[in-house]
Amino acid sequence: MAARNPVTWLGSPTFPAAARTALDDSQLRRNLKHATGTIRTKRAAAVSELDDWEQLRLAGEAIKNEVLTRLDTYLVQFEEAVTARGGVVHWARDAAEANQIVLRLARQAGAGDVVKVKSMATAEIELNEALQAGGVTAIETDLAELIVQLGNDRPSHILVPAIHRNRAEIREIFRRTMPDVDAGLSDNPAELAGAAREFLRRKFLTTNVAVSGANFGVAETGSVVVVESEGNGRMCLTVPETLITVMGLEKLVPSWRDLEVFLQLLPRSSTAERMNPYTSVFTGVTEGDGPRQFHLVLLDNGRTSTLADEVGRQALRCIRCSACLNVCPVYERTGGKAYGSVYPGPIGAILAPQLAGDMHDPHAASLPYASSLCGACFEACPVRIDIPEVLVHLRERSVEAKGRSPESAAMAAAAWMFGSRARYEAAQRAGSLARFVAPRGKLSHLPWPGSKWTNARDVPVPPKESFRGWWRRNRG
Amino acid sequence: MADARSEILGRIAAAQPDRDGVAIPREYRRSRDYRDVVELFTERVAEYQACVHRATPPETIGALLRARGLRRIAVPADVPPDWLVDGIDWQPVEGRPDIEQLAGCDGALTGCALAIAETGTIVLDAGAAQGARAVTLIPDYHLCVVRPEQIVGTVPEAIAALPPTRPLTFISGPSATSDIELDRVAGVHGPRTLDVLIG
Repeated sequence: MAARNPVTWLGSPTFPAAARTALDDSQLRRNLKHATGTIRTKRAAAVSELDDWEQLRLAGEAIKNEVLTRLDTYLVQFEEAVTARGGVVHWARDAAEANQIVLRLARQAGAGDVVKVKSMATAEIELNEALQAGGVTAIETDLAELIVQLGNDRPSHILVPAIHRNRAEIREIFRRTMPDVDAGLSDNPAELAGAAREFLRRKFLTTNVAVSGANFGVAETGSVVVVESEGNGRMCLTVPETLITVMGLEKLVPSWRDLEVFLQLLPRSSTAERMNPYTSVFTGVTEGDGPRQFHLVLLDNGRTSTLADEVGRQALRCIRCSACLNVCPVYERTGGKAYGSVYPGPIGAILAPQLAGDMHDPHAASLPYASSLCGACFEACPVRIDIPEVLVHLRERSVEAKGRSPESAAMAAAAWMFGSRARYEAAQRAGSLARFVAPRGKLSHLPWPGSKWTNARDVPVPPKESFRGWWRRNRG
Repeated sequence: MADARSEILGRIAAAQPDRDGVAIPREYRRSRDYRDVVELFTERVAEYQACVHRATPPETIGALLRARGLRRIAVPADVPPDWLVDGIDWQPVEGRPDIEQLAGCDGALTGCALAIAETGTIVLDAGAAQGARAVTLIPDYHLCVVRPEQIVGTVPEAIAALPPTRPLTFISGPSATSDIELDRVAGVHGPRTLDVLIG
């Protein structure tokens, strides 16, 4: 029996239960509304500046599909290129194996501390906890990760794990946990960033081992790309003697040229900038510049089983920009922690249960229901992941896991209906007609194929305007 | 038990029986019809709260550093000799840099490999007049000299011109973060001040 996959947090309540608790926290809702509102406006501007945005999305989608189609070939090519340039490649089937490899390498380098660049892969495998158990302390150097770490907290957003904290709360965490912090520290963001700079400066200059993730790996050249803002990434990638990079299998792109697509899609989708402040590209070890030892850990941890699902595999195209979180009406209200995974929001609702690979787990099985299927996530996704389609597909799988029942037949019909935008919108328009039939209360039966759904549950009367329509009009 | 590598490759082969390649539509723009890339670059860099100056390098270098009160400046050993104006404590760096030496500098002066107008980005490839990556990272100030002919219009044009296996750093404005309430504020671990000198 394999160990439990830590991509979902042990003991998490199901999404509806966690969402109810989160909705009681009005401070959380205010913080999220402010932050996601800010980024939505900025992103719309950054995207509208490029008149070929849709062509870039189509290229991004196809490049990632090509990688997934021949993933084994590209991985072997990448391994050869990294090795030829002086790197050492390791393969890890699951979280436990990846953690053991990193711990062993850190110990071999004689490290008591390692500095870390923000990385979803290492958060997914709970590397920090595993290193701590092995006597090695991981120091998060990304500002938001540092806020989460110092606050002994959980992450709630892919890009900004501390998005649930406002400036006043961050000041309190810094005052409480940073030993030499100025007692008069204000909640001015520039001052808070300055405090983080002071706190981490000596650690960057004196720590011998760094751990990073990777945004992209180029199969053709063996190059690794790390996209960041603060310079903490550059510090970790260039100052320590040993660098250990943990990279999900699916992070590859076939050729160098493909970066011309992703270096446009990612910053504009993610932080809504024309370009993020720093992007580093390195290939193996370079004489006289940067680390002398480079280890690359290729991580499976549920990715190959996700690849085996024809509908679900598109989640592996994800470049972790977090645009889908920022446009999601459910995420904006519940926050990220309600999802009980390091991957929250719409992408988390399809990625976390697939990586976890256990639809018998009530928490994982509840995640595909964390959505109103409004479709805003698909429209924001730079690699065109049809998140609503995968959500419905996984709902079907979660019902199947419970065994055949009238409900599973209804779910299959719903999957068919939700499976295409045209069918879903047609069904909604049919639903608007239903208002004339049943102006109050619940509908107890719908015509086929809706009948397969209403046989198992009542349906509230559809509103005059569909939510998808409303959302598009107000937020699109 | 099989080793991790063969097991993972085996799982992939089993997961993907259909091996037809995917046609990649590259209908996006490789270049854009920008009238004046120098002008556009100047504008876009400035939007990142970096200071842009269009002037002849040697005279302006001295004036900029003096105006900011910076004395000890790290510099790659192969910059054009006329950049090393009098009155500055130049700290030449060659090969693998000494981190403590860099930490003792007020700033760094380098050239670049190219620049991207559309995004206001400077790219360094550790080549001529740029030094190792740490040179432009550890000191709190970076003065980067960009020659007008080094400026390209778009990201695809830059990618095509860059050497992929050299260490590359794309720099768009001074160090910043969006981690507090998702709004960009300048000044974290990299140089908090960036001056770009086009000339």
